[in-house]
Amino acid sequence: MSLDKHDVEKIAHLARLSIQEDDIPHYARDLNNILNLVDQLSAADTNGILPMAHPLDAHQRLRPDTVTEINHREAFQAIAPKTEAGVYLVPKVIE
Amino acid sequence: MHNKSLSELSAALHNSEISSVELTQHYLDRINQHNGTLNAFITVTEERALEQAKVADKLLAENKAGVLTGIPLAHKDIFCTKGVRTSCASKMLDKFIAPYDATVVEKIDQAGMVTLGKTNMDEFAMGSSNETSWYGPVKNPWDTDRVPGGSSGGSAAAMAARLAPVATGTDTGGSIRQPSSLCNLTGLKPTYGRVSRYGMIAFASSLDQAGPMANSAEDAAWLMNVMSGFDEKDSTSVDRDVPDYTANLNDSLEGLTIGLPKEYFGEGLDPRVAATVEAAIKTYEKMGATLKEITLPNTGLAVPTYYVVAPAECSSNLSRMDGVRFGHRAEDPKDLMDLYTRSRGEGFGEEVKRRIMIGTYALSAGYYDAYYLKAQQCRRLISNDFQEAFKEVDVIMGPTATNPAFRFGEKTDDPVAMYLEDIYTINTNLAGLPGMSIPAGFVEGLPVGLQIIGNYFDEARLLNIGHRYQQETDWHQRIPDAFK
Repeated sequence: MSLDKHDVEKIAHLARLSIQEDDIPHYARDLNNILNLVDQLSAADTNGILPMAHPLDAHQRLRPDTVTEINHREAFQAIAPKTEAGVYLVPKVIE
Repeated sequence: MHNKSLSELSAALHNSEISSVELTQHYLDRINQHNGTLNAFITVTEERALEQAKVADKLLAENKAGVLTGIPLAHKDIFCTKGVRTSCASKMLDKFIAPYDATVVEKIDQAGMVTLGKTNMDEFAMGSSNETSWYGPVKNPWDTDRVPGGSSGGSAAAMAARLAPVATGTDTGGSIRQPSSLCNLTGLKPTYGRVSRYGMIAFASSLDQAGPMANSAEDAAWLMNVMSGFDEKDSTSVDRDVPDYTANLNDSLEGLTIGLPKEYFGEGLDPRVAATVEAAIKTYEKMGATLKEITLPNTGLAVPTYYVVAPAECSSNLSRMDGVRFGHRAEDPKDLMDLYTRSRGEGFGEEVKRRIMIGTYALSAGYYDAYYLKAQQCRRLISNDFQEAFKEVDVIMGPTATNPAFRFGEKTDDPVAMYLEDIYTINTNLAGLPGMSIPAGFVEGLPVGLQIIGNYFDEARLLNIGHRYQQETDWHQRIPDAFK
């Protein structure tokens, strides 16, 4: 299948990316080229093949549920775009 | 001084022939002299470097120094360095001062090495030419009209021009090996899980791996000794002893069986590169190795598989760049959605946006099975090919890249043409195997790399195989005229 203008807008919205109206045609072209490349996978016979999520098929390691991190709020908020009284500020969400 | 190996530099420091401060200043001077031309560094940490060098000199004077104490190094700007800008070559992180150190940085600091600065790269490591950097392209010291490769292009150019004695890189689909090939370096991508990913800005978490970029296999082995090892802060780190990677460098290659995949020597390979690589392989035959043709039948699936897996993982990883807690924030957002979309739209470059969108699409409702699940199955097929091959051969050899360094702009119009640049390197990332590129000769003055792929945790063997070749040849010692 081929992505049209509407599809590109929908994907950009899902990805939370603003894109310029003028740029949509070239995004559509590039994304379709990439998807054409990817569509080569459909020819592969993968019947009964287990999906590979980790190269060494390792499992997630477990650790005791204990506190290992100290509070870094000040250090982390020092690099934030906008904070006040220890919280991150964003435009008003709830009226 | 900038033509010495790490062990020669170590000896000079330990014998007080030179101080770490002098050595560091020598490299800082070279960076000042050449970085304007090459754009290899995004940030030079001059003051910090000289402070680290002073500490190193003190340790040396007190006989408390390790092998690499006082030796300068450059970090790819993907590794978080506490108190220093860590940009990942993106406008998004242009003002991001890392609040902590990556494990790799911490280990290298603990070894007493001196950080000269942070090297340029493709934005968020997405690219094969270093043309996607927000800080502008890096030039290849062998021909400044050409790309150094990518994504670790800044580290590669810095090394080729001898602006650092050794450097770190990361490799998600070839980003250590392909620039090493294009810039005449020895670059090793270790087994997935060998080197900690903690504090290394994530692109595709199931593929990303850090490794050394060096002037020789011996130098790479020294840095591997420092970089490798289990880290509980990385959930995919492998808990396995780290050997001394320098211990077996001189082992004989008598009886080594080298597999030559026919898929790596077919259509798309520049015949001049093929001839160079074949000549290198002949050298191995003379050294006592046996050659065997093999097949990796699913090689053709590697690039398409990668362009599902890597974008899917990047779309998830980069969702943390939301303009709220760190990174670029758009001015005067009218609501939260506007803040997210404009911060991300302004902060990310074209290639990053393309990949986020492909990944978002592949993971969106209704398409998961057709794309992501299918790609994970193909990944298994690719991995199985390697395991079949390793029943018959010890290592696999072939070209690292299809061609020598290409010109700026040559592949930027068509993302797919750029993606095919990594056709010989991507499948080792998908399988999680270690791979190395070593200098194998030149085509019209441009370097060509030989790729050596090993089975899991065979890094020491790869380094041994690289080192023995470098005892027989001097390709790796060649330096571009303008940077001698």
